[in-house]
Amino acid sequence: MDITVNILLTIATAATPLLIAAIGELVVERSGVLNLGVEGMMIMGAVGGFGAGYLTGSPWIGLLAAIIVGALFSLLFAVMTLSLATNQVATGLSLTLLGLGLSGMIGTSFVGQPGVRLPNLDIPGISSIPVVGRLIFGQDPVFYISIALTAAVMWFLFRTRTGLTLRSIGDSHTSAHALGIKVIRYRYLAVVFGGACAGLAGGHLSLVYTPQWVENMSAGRGWIALALVVFASWRPWRVLAGAYIFGAVWIGQLHAQAFGIPVPSQFLSSLPYLATIVVLVLISRNKRLTMMNTPASLGQPFVPDR
Amino acid sequence: MGGTVSANHDRANLLEVRGLTKIFGTLTACDHIDLNIAKGEIHALLGENGAGKSTLVKMLFGSLEPNSGEIFWDGKPVRITSPGVAKKLGIGMVFQHFSLFEALTAAENIALSLNDGSPISTIAAKARALSYSYGLPLDPDSLVGDLSVGERQRIEIIRCLLQTPQLIILDEPTSVLTPQEADKLFETLERLRAEGKSILYISHRLEEVKRICDRATVLRHGKVVGHCNPREETAASLARMMVGSEVKAVVRAPAEGIETAPALLEIRGLSRKPATPFAIPLKNINLTVCAGEVIGIAGVAGNGQGEFFESVSGEVLQQDAGSVRIRGKDAGGLSITGRRLMGAAFVPEERLGHGAAPRMKLSENLLLSRHATDGKAFVGSGGTVKNGAVYSAAQRIIKAMDVRKSAPDPEAAALSGGNLQKFIVGRELDRKPSVMIVNQPTWGVDAGAAAHIRQALIELARSGSAVLVISQDLDELFELSDAIAVMHNGELSAPLPIAEATFEKIGLLMGGAEPGHAEHGMEVA
Repeated sequence: MDITVNILLTIATAATPLLIAAIGELVVERSGVLNLGVEGMMIMGAVGGFGAGYLTGSPWIGLLAAIIVGALFSLLFAVMTLSLATNQVATGLSLTLLGLGLSGMIGTSFVGQPGVRLPNLDIPGISSIPVVGRLIFGQDPVFYISIALTAAVMWFLFRTRTGLTLRSIGDSHTSAHALGIKVIRYRYLAVVFGGACAGLAGGHLSLVYTPQWVENMSAGRGWIALALVVFASWRPWRVLAGAYIFGAVWIGQLHAQAFGIPVPSQFLSSLPYLATIVVLVLISRNKRLTMMNTPASLGQPFVPDR
Repeated sequence: MGGTVSANHDRANLLEVRGLTKIFGTLTACDHIDLNIAKGEIHALLGENGAGKSTLVKMLFGSLEPNSGEIFWDGKPVRITSPGVAKKLGIGMVFQHFSLFEALTAAENIALSLNDGSPISTIAAKARALSYSYGLPLDPDSLVGDLSVGERQRIEIIRCLLQTPQLIILDEPTSVLTPQEADKLFETLERLRAEGKSILYISHRLEEVKRICDRATVLRHGKVVGHCNPREETAASLARMMVGSEVKAVVRAPAEGIETAPALLEIRGLSRKPATPFAIPLKNINLTVCAGEVIGIAGVAGNGQGEFFESVSGEVLQQDAGSVRIRGKDAGGLSITGRRLMGAAFVPEERLGHGAAPRMKLSENLLLSRHATDGKAFVGSGGTVKNGAVYSAAQRIIKAMDVRKSAPDPEAAALSGGNLQKFIVGRELDRKPSVMIVNQPTWGVDAGAAAHIRQALIELARSGSAVLVISQDLDELFELSDAIAVMHNGELSAPLPIAEATFEKIGLLMGGAEPGHAEHGMEVA
């Protein structure tokens, strides 16, 4: 029983950074901007979060710093692509490369240092209830943030006027501009929100998942988050499902490898990717629905003529 | 009629524009434009493509900023810096190229342009009520991507009316409507005028301007060339003001011996499944075009004309090779080049990016479309391009079609739309194809050039080729076709000989009346 609970807890921990980064990118892409710099923003958040936590001794300050660093780093992307209308793909890729390099440089003195870890939620009496207590009331704070964030983004996008406006900009920025909607302002806010989320996801890595600093510790999670958004056809609950499927198969194959199952380990390592793609492709079979949810102006620079 | 006009002169001006100028680089799109719009009038803005109508309107709606000039609203000077400011003043706009979001519902589209925070359901109810009261029924819950162009325009109009504007700007509103839908629109406009609203009506269709507008301002090359009362003018005199010279009428000699002429293009039971969720499926299309005749295909945009053109031109191949036959041979399995080699030529609707590669020179564009059919002339041994031959052929086409350009061999994107269209049509005509298929031959082309293109198409047919013209412009089809078929919702009616065709009959078919019931529908109407 305890093993099952432990496995479920590790699945949640593995899925949380993916979910947060993907939800942030989902908002960005819904506004019509493609930011391929998720990996870079995430690793910057990780190093910033670790550094602030290590220097102040407070994991909470570390988490806050991770969010701020991610947001600031995404601002660089926003200025380039939105104000200067550079190519979003190229700018996003360079943001990732810059983030990976810069974080390595900043983090040289942090390597091998003991980090601080965000404590798990502990409500006396309740968190110690077997199974349910630990699963629902005993996880790390970022887990709860990730779930609340997903619900909030769903509500925002599909239940509020501002969310409708954001989606409309993603569908056609020229139409939105013609209606007097401030396209660039919305996109700035969306990109910075996405950056803050990626930073938070990075903070989770260096303050919860493995509370230490290792170069390249994001290990491609930013790319997985990006892929999740597309395969989830830009729908928040599917991103949640995708992140958890990925987390579950990831943890499952680790255990399978540990048990020494006679299957090549390379195959097992590729399973999470395969499983996630297959499941998400299956649930987005409905072409029409996918079409409706795909931001039609994704990746196109917007330059209003004056 | 005169009474209305003089009454308008007594009324206060709602909008006054003085010396409005907009310069793009070296081009003065609008040059010291003066315009007055009185309260409760329908004011026409006339002009050829490129005369500066759209630029002027964009400045009035705040999407472009003028370089100089003043705008007065209700007698007070104003600066319209954004569409939001225009909306606050009370200016509403119905766009030519719709500003709708396809992936959202009609109600959501409307909500986006209203600044109040009321829930979508309230807005939907309001929109529904308003749309029925104006006789423009609308289902607020339908997805815009699923709607016809006419229905989309209704959304635009209702959205505009819900903002209770004082001035409504309509940019070429009838270019996408059936004649019957246009009548409905005119009723709505007259009702709005009776309510004291002002309307700025942009069009190049002179008959409808004469019918509903109280005054007209005519633009040519960015300048105001005159104000007039359209009801006192004739279509010809208005056209003269717009163009600055007489427009040559297209002459269509009667087609002879069509009964015995061989069929050069045959379409037999052509069907196609929709490629995307918003595409139109083609349903069992049959059509024969014989040597010597011009067949026109009418229809409201988005009824499958694009899909049909793709299938016939070979952009999309057919399962059944016999469903498209060129000069008596099956061509359904052949690519565009294969069909061109059989003697067919194609002019797609979209000029830039489809009909021509924007950043390549005209001569290079010529080579791209004719390297196979004119291989001997243009390509030497070992596959090297004979640049001299291609260049002189391009110059020949430029001369034959009177293409106006700034350099000897400019990039396609550097030409104005009308001039590029002349080149693209000329590029195919130059081959003397035995089958010519053209989609929207004169879309956005000025009257002089349009007459030139139409005349050339008729002459091609009379010299023994089969010509198929797909167009949304009924005037054009009536001018050049020997018979007109109508495409509606992916189905094609039987061609109606031009002698029997009337605007009403074609209009009913465009609106989806059963082919056999067109006559009956007339009686009801």
